[in-house]
Order: sequence, then C-alpha cells, then structure tokens
Amino acid sequence: MSVLQEVKTLTINGREASARGDETILEIAREHGIFVPTLCHLHGLSPVGGCRLCLVEVEGANRLLPACTTRVGEGMVIRTDSDRLKGYRRMILELFLSERNHTCSVCVSNGYCELQSLSRDAGITHVRVPYRYQRYTVDASHELFVADQNRCIMCTRCVRVCEEVEGAHTWDVQGRGIEARLISDMNESWGDSDSCTSCGKCVQVCPTGALSEKGKSVAEMSKRKQFLPYLTLMRDKWK
Amino acid sequence: MGKTITIDPVTRLEGHGKITIHLEEDGSVRESFFHVTQFRGFEKFCEGRPFAEMPSLMARICGICPVSHLIASAKACDALLAVRVSDTGANLRRIMNLAQFVQSHALSFFHLASPDLLLGMDADPASRNIFGVLDAHPSIARDGIRLRKFGQQVIERLGEKRVHPAWIVPGGVSAPLDTKVRELILAELPEMKEIARRTLAWYKKAYRAFEAEIATFANFPSLFMSLASPRGELEFYDGQLRMMDAAGNVIHGNIESNRYHEVIEEAAEPYTYLKFPYYKPMGYPRGFYRVGPLARLNVVEQCGTPEADREFREFQQLQEGAISSSFHYHYARLIEILHSLERMEQLLDDPAILNKRVRAVAEPNNLEGVGVAEAPRGTLIHHYKIDEHGLIEWVNMIIATGHNNMAMNKGVTQVAKHFVQGREIAEGMLNRVEAVIRTFDPCLSCSTHAVGQMPLEIDIMDAQGEVIRRVVRGAP
Repeated sequence: MSVLQEVKTLTINGREASARGDETILEIAREHGIFVPTLCHLHGLSPVGGCRLCLVEVEGANRLLPACTTRVGEGMVIRTDSDRLKGYRRMILELFLSERNHTCSVCVSNGYCELQSLSRDAGITHVRVPYRYQRYTVDASHELFVADQNRCIMCTRCVRVCEEVEGAHTWDVQGRGIEARLISDMNESWGDSDSCTSCGKCVQVCPTGALSEKGKSVAEMSKRKQFLPYLTLMRDKWK
Repeated sequence: MGKTITIDPVTRLEGHGKITIHLEEDGSVRESFFHVTQFRGFEKFCEGRPFAEMPSLMARICGICPVSHLIASAKACDALLAVRVSDTGANLRRIMNLAQFVQSHALSFFHLASPDLLLGMDADPASRNIFGVLDAHPSIARDGIRLRKFGQQVIERLGEKRVHPAWIVPGGVSAPLDTKVRELILAELPEMKEIARRTLAWYKKAYRAFEAEIATFANFPSLFMSLASPRGELEFYDGQLRMMDAAGNVIHGNIESNRYHEVIEEAAEPYTYLKFPYYKPMGYPRGFYRVGPLARLNVVEQCGTPEADREFREFQQLQEGAISSSFHYHYARLIEILHSLERMEQLLDDPAILNKRVRAVAEPNNLEGVGVAEAPRGTLIHHYKIDEHGLIEWVNMIIATGHNNMAMNKGVTQVAKHFVQGREIAEGMLNRVEAVIRTFDPCLSCSTHAVGQMPLEIDIMDAQGEVIRRVVRGAP
C-alpha cells in the first residue's frame, strides 16, 4: 500500500473525517457535503489553484491553502467557513467583477453564470473597488462560437480542456498579471486557427459568458458541463 | 435685451428636460425652447458587440417602454438574418407590444396628465399629482393603477420580467405561449375594457372644460407620420410609413421601413442634445411632423377593432382634416388603450397563438438591417450595420420623442405666448408650459420620473445674465 493510499484522519469544520492520502481538501470537503466555492476548478481537469476562491485555513500552516491543490495530511485541522475566509472570497469576487466588463443583465450567460451565482450567494450588491472599464475586442471570427474577453476571468478551464481532453491546445494565455489574456494559436483570430477542431468543449466548460455559441441572445447560453467526467472516466479506463 | 425664465427640470415627464422662456423688455414672450439635457451614447457603446445582444442592450435605453425597443431592435436583427418571423412569433411580439401600450398610455394619462385634468391646471402643486388624484377621485386613480398593472403583468407573464424581458429575440420569441398564461390574460380583459370604456366616457365630457388649452397646446398645422397596415388600419408592430399633411391628405404613402432615410433627415440645434428629424422633401424646419397617438389616429383610416372604431369616428368629428391640437393626444391615447385591449383579445382568441414554431434561426445574411415599429410615443426606428462576423459596426436610432422635438418647441412657444405675460409669474401658468410637453408624453432619456415633488427652478435673468429672481418649487 503506497503512502498516498493510506487512510488519514483529520478534522474539517469541527467534524472528524477520514480520507485517502491522495485526496485533496476540496474532495474531502465535498464528500462531506461542505460547500467550498471554486471557479477555476472543474472535476475532470487538472487543478491549478488559480482563482483562490477555495482558500481554507489549516491549523499550523502560516498561510491560507487552496483546497483544490492541497492534499490532506494526518491530523489536519481545517476550517472552510470562517468570517475571514468569507471576507477574502467576497473581495476576490469583487476584484473579478471590477477587472473586466461583467454586465450580467445584457450577457448571454445571464442566469447560467458561475461568477454571477457565487457573487449572489456571497451577497454582493456592489463592488468596493473602482471598475477598470477595459475594452476588449470581441472575436466572432469562428464559424460556431464567440470569444468575448470582456467576460473572461482567466480561470483557464478552456486552456486545460483543450489541451488535456481534446488534445488540440488551441487556447493559451498571453501576458502576465492584469495584462494576461486568452489567445488562440499564435495570437491569431479564432476563426483562423488551424488547431481548433470546433469541438466546443471550451465553450461548455467556461464558467461565464466569455465563450459562447454564436447567435445566442441574452440569458440563453446555458453550459453543458456533464460531459467532462464521463470523457475523463472513459479515457482513464482505456489508458 | 429681455429676461429669461427657466423651468428645470420639467416635472411629470419620463426623463429630464428644461424649458427656457425668453422675455422682451415689456415682459411679453419672445421665444421659448425645450432642452433635453442628457446625453447617453447608446449608439456608440454598442459598437463591437454581437448583434444578437442588441435587443436586450437597446431595451436598457428605457424602463418605461423597453418592449418597444426590444421590438424595433429584434426587427432590425430579423432583417440582418434575412428571415421571416412565423405568424405566431410575430403575433406574440404584438401581444407584448400591446401590453406595453396599455401600461405606458395608462402611466401617461392617469399618473402624469390626469392631475392637471382632474384637479385643474392652477391647483396647488403639492397635491397636483397621482396622490392628490387618489384623494379627490379615488375610483379614477384606482382604474389607472389597475390598467397599468394589467399591462405590466402581461409583459411579465410572457417574458418572466416586467421590465427588460429577454423573451423577444432575433427571429421571433424565445419560448411559445403557455396555455395557462393565455387563459389568465383572457380572463382579465373584460374588466380592462370596462375601465377603458368608462374612462373614455368621462374624458369626453371633461376635456370640454379646457378650451383655452386646446386652442393653444401646440395647436398648429403640421405633418403627421405613423405606420399603417396595408388596409389603412392602426398597426403598431409592422406595416408601412405614411406621411400626412395638415389637410388630412396622405402626401407620401407606402414608405417601406428600410427606406426611412429617403424621407427623413435629422437636423441639430446647439441648445439641445435631441436632434430634429424632418420630412426631407419639404426641408428644415418647414418639414417638421408629429408622431404618436394623435398622429396615428390622424394617419389611419380606421382602427380595425369594433369598439375603438366607434370611438375613432366620434374623435374624427373634432376637426375637419387632421386634428391639430396636441391637447387631443390624451383623447387619442385613451382610444388606443381600448384598441390595444380589443386587439390583444383577438390575437389570443386565435388557437394558432399556441403554435410552438415561434423562432426562425439563421446566420446573418445581410450586413445592414432596419427595424421600425410604433412605440406608445410614436414611430421608433432602429438601424444597424454589422461586419461579416456579426459584430455591430454602426447604429442609428430615431426615437419617437425625437420626431416630436420641433412640435414640442413650437408648442412651448405658443403656450408661453398665450399664458405668460408680465413680470409676475403665476405657478399655474408655468404648469401649462409643462403640460403642453406632457401631452406628447415624451420619454426624454427614458429614465425614471418622480411623482409631483420634483424640484422646479425658475430663473429670471436680466440683460447681463444676472439672476434677479429665483422661484423654487418642491424640495430637492
């Protein structure tokens, strides 16, 4: 029995729990019905710990740890719902909202957006930091899909699904920090991409209205993410 | 050099406007201007957006008649797609638009205009509002609130939201009609028609007390424009444009909506953000025209529903040729409420309204599209150009209030010349200057309006531009 498969015992939000050594804090939380908000994480894709919404407190650690990339340890004492964490999560969501133009009421994903629903659950009625009002050009050159960077939160789900599941690696990230943005191929318009197979997986995993199907009107773009666990399951089975 | 009186903001309107009255040395009125002081830039910030977002983006122009913008915008998008919307899809859009007419006309007549009509132009401004009407004439106020609620509820039942529903989309509507919704609306229509009938009966007696206002409220010859069906009936959703002269002759008929720019051009004036459209063959400013309820009833030959047609024939007796006093916008509005309710009933009674094919799907096939519809306040034009990927490149809109701009300015001058005299300014006299604007029910920015107690500021300025007297009404 490898070290990773040993059973660990730990405490999460005051509850005793046991987990396999290769499980993450996020997995054990969800197994026990504890909600931890996430945006970059998606079951079936490799975790990157990018959005920082799943940060949790671990006793003895000198910093907050992302639940999606942190493995459980023996005797860990974890808190997922302190007021400090709630405050940080709210601030992260406000920063997302202020960074680009997330105008829910006229967005194709209105009503189906993960950023919107998390913000609503966090009770956000206004944003305390100034909006940047950056203007990004909409790329509608693809025959079937539209990329609107104004709604993008740089979660990179599209980058990962394209590389890890479809194997095309059409999407990637250009620039750093606040200048970072999605590009297709070598920063060509999506419609000119040679690598894109038009499979649409990136559109379906996108948490916001950044990637959508062409011709959808406001509040019509619901995403179908159910396909992903099945695809990865079958891939692992036949590996 | 004389004095200037400023009324700012003008109350009981949708949006913010200002009136200035310039006096001669002897205190008589030289001229008056109606200024629209807001600038919003919708035509600019839509550039670069996918065209399918346009109906919802454009609907945000207005919280009172968003449905009209939805319809004109969706029709412009239909033209971009080059599709023909199914009959059921078009009729469902019509029903929502008719509901919009009922609620908007009810708002204009009962909430905004009726205080002047019921309590008098000279009544105390503190109670000259819908609450004053509720105290003095509770049954009429209740009728108005009920009628407006009905219109709003129909919109909500069809589109899930009272304001800015996303149900009207390029190619049709996004979901077919639910049988239960149809029954709910049909069950309430008889009560609404009864309200419309008794309001008309009351109004036909009441308006006779306003002879001086009828004679001076933008009462002059002008052109009139509206859509009409091929049979010359009232048509809010589709049809062709018609231009009529003051004698009542159609001088330009069967104007296809996508050729509006062949007959209409816009002029700009430095004192207002609102442009001045005019009938091109007659030039500016001679070719000014009016739109809205009065224009529509002048332009059409019949309403096309039985009860409204009876009222329409009585209405036509007011004057030979085109009816020229803008005071009669109120009367025309009430006939249109009755017509809208009747038409809604006709459309809902047809079993085909439940058909499931309500949306045509296509890629954009034209790079340019025009959508024209009648909004409660008049003809509404949306005109878009897109690039080959379907992103908006250029937008032009002519809003109903714009068409009426010249008539409102002339109306303000006419009423000020009649009622404003000397250096003492009576409150009721200024209210009449506002009331002439109210007859047009302009939607200035299409933003919210306040009830009654909006501050009204009047500045009297001497030749050097110094304020020598300031009258402030209401509290900010």
